[in-house]
Amino acid sequence: MAGLFSANAWNKVWIYRGTFLMGLRNTVFSAGFGLLLSLCIGVVLGLFATSGKKPLAAIARVYVEVVQNTPLLLQMCFLYYALAFSGHGLGILLTGVLALGIYHGAYVAEVVRAGIEAVPKGQFEAAFSQGFGYLGRMYYIILPQSIKVILPPMVNQVVNIFKNTSCLYIVGGADLISTTYSFVTGESTGGAYAPAYLISGLLFFVVCCPLSSLASMWEISLKKREDRSGKTNRRETARSRTLRSLQSP
Amino acid sequence: METIRGSLAIITNGAVLLYLLKGVAFTVIISLMAVVIGLVFGSVLALLRNYCNSKKTRIFKWLAVAYIEIFRNTPLLLWIFVCLVFCPCPKFLGRKMWGLSSAEVKLLFKTAVALILFTSSVIAEIVRGGLNSVAEGQFEAGHSQGFGTLQIMVYIVLPQAYRNIVPTLLSQVITTIKDSSYLANVATIELMARVKKILSSAQKYNGMGTVNVSDVFVLFGFACLIYFAINFTISFMVRNMQRKRRRAVPVGVV
Repeated sequence: MAGLFSANAWNKVWIYRGTFLMGLRNTVFSAGFGLLLSLCIGVVLGLFATSGKKPLAAIARVYVEVVQNTPLLLQMCFLYYALAFSGHGLGILLTGVLALGIYHGAYVAEVVRAGIEAVPKGQFEAAFSQGFGYLGRMYYIILPQSIKVILPPMVNQVVNIFKNTSCLYIVGGADLISTTYSFVTGESTGGAYAPAYLISGLLFFVVCCPLSSLASMWEISLKKREDRSGKTNRRETARSRTLRSLQSP
Repeated sequence: METIRGSLAIITNGAVLLYLLKGVAFTVIISLMAVVIGLVFGSVLALLRNYCNSKKTRIFKWLAVAYIEIFRNTPLLLWIFVCLVFCPCPKFLGRKMWGLSSAEVKLLFKTAVALILFTSSVIAEIVRGGLNSVAEGQFEAGHSQGFGTLQIMVYIVLPQAYRNIVPTLLSQVITTIKDSSYLANVATIELMARVKKILSSAQKYNGMGTVNVSDVFVLFGFACLIYFAINFTISFMVRNMQRKRRRAVPVGVV
């Protein structure tokens, strides 16, 4: 099993623990800033999609469709090589942040849109009749009601963006998976396959498992609450939403 | 202008185009295969996780939970690397097939195994969602009619569960087609890898002697277009299906 039980291999992993920590740091860095960027893109596009203005909604629609229907790997390569060959190379990490932000921005946009659309139309009209402006309406009336629908799938997005940092590998990445791979294939460090993969898998698992469990429990409790409110049609939408949210990008 | 014409000459070059289209075929076939096998494997996992609650069989439930959670919470690329080292490859695959070299066929097998393992954990959760959406009364009705547990599963619960998850499964096909691009990290078989390979030797085809930025746009744009065409068609189907279902009277919900 390529060194799962060999003390030598484990020792090697321990000596080079800095490699794994550096990879983890880069993964957290690109996931964190990617998430920030995707939130910015997602909130703006989500508001576009629900603004009721045709051109804005069309922009959001096109963006979401194009980005969700092409692989992240392709987008990352596209961005990296386009920048590199035109002489504006940004470096791997920054390219990674940009690509992750662009990709997950489309998913966040859909989450935000679904959250806003879950608020009954009467609430918008009531807010309007009370003289709220657009921002006031969104902030005081709509956001508090939609946030409980938005947050559980957002937690899922955090998990996904964290896992998707592995895409950096194709542009010569510095993330956890890439550093693990260069560790096990490196000339002086090579060979300790099992311990190294185990450690890096464990690091991912430790971060992702609590978050994804939280997201699914949250969603179940949300669904139960909606079921109790008793309207058949709302139950139906809750069910289809749960089914839809199971698909991972 | 001249560089763009050169770049366009790459994809209008018959040999290159054929090479890329073969990559498209591999992408689609690998993804469909992963979803179909994943559906079988995932159904077993979902049934184990949902219904092995008695004391004797609880161990299977926890094994299924462990499998699903481990694969769902680690990246696919990790499993591709793991399978490259640890996945055994049957002897008869060590030869030239489908225009791939023997080494590539082996790589294809190993990476496909990784993709299937990963996809089945996701599909297990989808199937579980479908199983949970079948009303409790259906079990009781089955029991009262004298069905055994296995019969209830095969004749009553699974058909309804599968019917409910068809749209989600189709969305999973989209996700898997996107995920199959991860194979580009280790082997030159499917579309993504082939585009990248053509780009790295673009100077041979564009008549310029160098790789230009327009080559990047044309080649990756071409790949984007293909992925988009395939995935958008599927997502269009999914949306139509969901619209029709919303209009229909929900079965087994009330």
